[in-house]
Amino acid sequence: MNGPQQLVEIDQVVVDYPVKGWRRPPFRALSDISLNIGAGETVGLVGESGSGKTTLGRAILGLAPVTGGEIRFEGRVISTLGRRDRQALSRDIQVVFQDPYTSLNPAMTVNDILTEPLLVTGTTRKDADRRVRDLLDEVHLPTDAGRRLPREFSGGQRQRIAIARALSRDPKLIVCDEPVSALDLSTQATVLDLFIEIQNRTGVAYLFVTHDLSVVRHISHRVAVMHRGSIVEQGDAATVTSTPSESYTQRLLLAAPVPDPIRQAVRREERRAFAAGTASAVG
Amino acid sequence: MSTVNGGLAANLATPPLAATAQAPRPGFLRRLLRDPLAVISLAWLTVVLLASVFAPLLTSQDPIASKITDALAPMGGDHPLGTNGIGTDVWAQLVYGGRTSLIGSLIVVVVALLVGLPAGIMAGYYRGWFDSAANWVASLIMALPAIIVLLVVLAELGRSTYLAMAVFGLLIGPGVFRLIRASVVSVREELYVDAARVSGLGDARIMRRHILPVVVAPTIIQVSQLLGIAIVIQAGLEFLGLGSANQASWGGMLSDAFQNIYSAPSLLLWPGLIIVLTVTAFCLLGNSFRDALGVGGAAAHARSKKFAGIKDSVVAAIDTAPTGTSTTAKVPDDAVLVIDDLKVAYPLPDGTESVVVKGVSLTLRRGEILGLVGESGSGKSQTAFSVLGLLPPQARTTATTMTFDGQDLRELSKKAMNQLRGQGIGYIPQEPMSNLDPSFRIGSQLTEPMRHHLGMSAAAAKTAAVGLLARVGIQDPERVFAAYPHEISGGMAQRVLIAGAVSCNPDLLIADEPTTALDVTVQAEVLDLIRELQAERQMGVLLVTHYFGVVADICDTVAVMQNGRIVETAPAKQLFAAPQHEYTRMLLASTLEDGAARPALVSGSESTSQAVTSEGAKQ
Repeated sequence: MNGPQQLVEIDQVVVDYPVKGWRRPPFRALSDISLNIGAGETVGLVGESGSGKTTLGRAILGLAPVTGGEIRFEGRVISTLGRRDRQALSRDIQVVFQDPYTSLNPAMTVNDILTEPLLVTGTTRKDADRRVRDLLDEVHLPTDAGRRLPREFSGGQRQRIAIARALSRDPKLIVCDEPVSALDLSTQATVLDLFIEIQNRTGVAYLFVTHDLSVVRHISHRVAVMHRGSIVEQGDAATVTSTPSESYTQRLLLAAPVPDPIRQAVRREERRAFAAGTASAVG
Repeated sequence: MSTVNGGLAANLATPPLAATAQAPRPGFLRRLLRDPLAVISLAWLTVVLLASVFAPLLTSQDPIASKITDALAPMGGDHPLGTNGIGTDVWAQLVYGGRTSLIGSLIVVVVALLVGLPAGIMAGYYRGWFDSAANWVASLIMALPAIIVLLVVLAELGRSTYLAMAVFGLLIGPGVFRLIRASVVSVREELYVDAARVSGLGDARIMRRHILPVVVAPTIIQVSQLLGIAIVIQAGLEFLGLGSANQASWGGMLSDAFQNIYSAPSLLLWPGLIIVLTVTAFCLLGNSFRDALGVGGAAAHARSKKFAGIKDSVVAAIDTAPTGTSTTAKVPDDAVLVIDDLKVAYPLPDGTESVVVKGVSLTLRRGEILGLVGESGSGKSQTAFSVLGLLPPQARTTATTMTFDGQDLRELSKKAMNQLRGQGIGYIPQEPMSNLDPSFRIGSQLTEPMRHHLGMSAAAAKTAAVGLLARVGIQDPERVFAAYPHEISGGMAQRVLIAGAVSCNPDLLIADEPTTALDVTVQAEVLDLIRELQAERQMGVLLVTHYFGVVADICDTVAVMQNGRIVETAPAKQLFAAPQHEYTRMLLASTLEDGAARPALVSGSESTSQAVTSEGAKQ
């Protein structure tokens, strides 16, 4: 093997949102973002609320307006595609959203939710039904789950349904927008393991957006840290999440509490010393 | 007995009780037919409809022919309801007039829907220039005085009831447009619509499958109301003599009766009665549609009705449920909160009950921070809320002991509980923003409890509030004091709420996931703040959380909850070092913080080059 090929190349991307009001300057959600995702690779995108991490995911999905730079998928520019070409691309790029409660249409059965993307692309009803049975099996849900409505499932199970929907057309990239943030601790771990298991089997790549450093560390090969619409640091997961070089990443790391009172007391002191240090450096 | 259970397998095994109760279509009809007002309205409208359709079978009289010799004939004989001032049969006018009224209002609704529905869906879905233009046109039409437009149109194009109704439909279209657009906009924001787009579905299909079903309910309700309005407007126009001359109509009948009001006042009765009854039926039917379609309200109603009957059985069931470990034997002198064998249960629609807290016992001492940890559905928040007395009214709470500072919380009146919540017990909620009233300045929300509970003057309360805001680490307390909630960030809102929680010097602070909605860096600062305030004022703190990082950071003692029971209580250091219970061990093993990072997929050299380019990009 000669290393992964670049699946997605994000090249100096800018996203501006228009602001209401006459001649008001637009809001710059992303400024000058460059990031690559290799085939079969997980790139973790970590940052706080408002850092632009979700917007970057949405820009790849064609749900946010790319106003500068370009995004290439397998060498082809996708940031300026029309509606029709974008629809064709849906075979390759899929999504799992954060909230498993609003990302599934409450009025449709699981079977309808999962067959819908297949049927619109010309799969026969019979093949689609068979595919759904396989998918439910892949995400470890019982086969009779298809007949039920989303509200009959727990948060973790709904997220499995959302994953099955993303997998239905064998995509090459899945954008995962905080997919485990709404889940309980024990559920979170099993869903993350499911993501890794699926990746190992199918070779799908993930852009994994999250605010949680420990989650990103667990699932990512490489990590990029975002702050105020820019990437402040990127590198392999171990380096960025353990010994970061940027001061913002260090601040983020020191703020995340460790589940151990003794080590947390140490980390708290480190955080205070660090805060005092940066404050005096600024002052 | 069914219980709330967070477990995966248990959730799958539970029968889909909710689904059978609220399946979309059949449930809707059944609920509608269970509403007596809906049944009466439907029956009346059916009668009117059938009478209009089969008018020729119900009377042999001509509804427009006049026979001056028969004028003002009494009831009976050829004329069951008599005749009017020009000798036309009243009964024939009523049944044929129904045709005019129903067809006219149908025209209004069809035109209004043709205009409003597609435009509303397009504007709500695509937004952009079409939305702006459509909104502009809608506002323009809504600004026109409808009755004057109708008069002008009728004057220009001749008297025709149906034409007038079609124009009225156009005029009322913007109302439908606004309604539809609003409901489409709210669905449009749902993630499942984004997911459908990413799935490669075309716009037409998304609108048909995901948008249209949501729009159906408000449309049905609106249509029913519109039909009623249309009948009134139509009768009004006809009363003014602007309807078609060669058609019988209810409004025309009113006009004729008005001219004979002294000689035959009873002529007003029939058209008046039928208009009132029909319009009322449409309005009531609209309300019933709303109730039957709005699942929440009807379900809640059913629940509270059932609840009355099973009150006693719930208490009995709680009392016989197995009891958790008791701590009454060793209550320390400095205990702020003592709970023994607390149980909370909710009645279910099928007559059984769901016990969500099953015998919780805990003791919180002055100056202690007790962490109540568990996953969703473990009953941790229910336990905290029962101390605050903030559980929903249908909750059944029992406990053998529940004291705050030696005061029995179980027998407290509502007023005394209110007093206690402000002064003795402070509360920090999970969602800071939704716990501040957006229409009041932060200052007034902070000072009100202080003035109420501590009897402070306005000036003293302001000084105290500004001092508190400064104390919780707000840089510019005067500005925040005068600000509205939307003008501050989430982290600042949480600081404001903490200031509010400690403003009346409580002995006990209950914090329900106080940092879950906050960013990590803000979370660290808010935890620092809670710790400082707690040490400063020697409060007892009951902290509900699902996050072991927070527990490790701030708690002295930890109680782990699972399925409504405390499975393990221990000093924090001991719990993390040597967890005793199986469940605690499983939870601690699920935390990812200590796990190894995933190794890079790329080879070493490539990952270094990445880092170098990112370094380069920064400079």
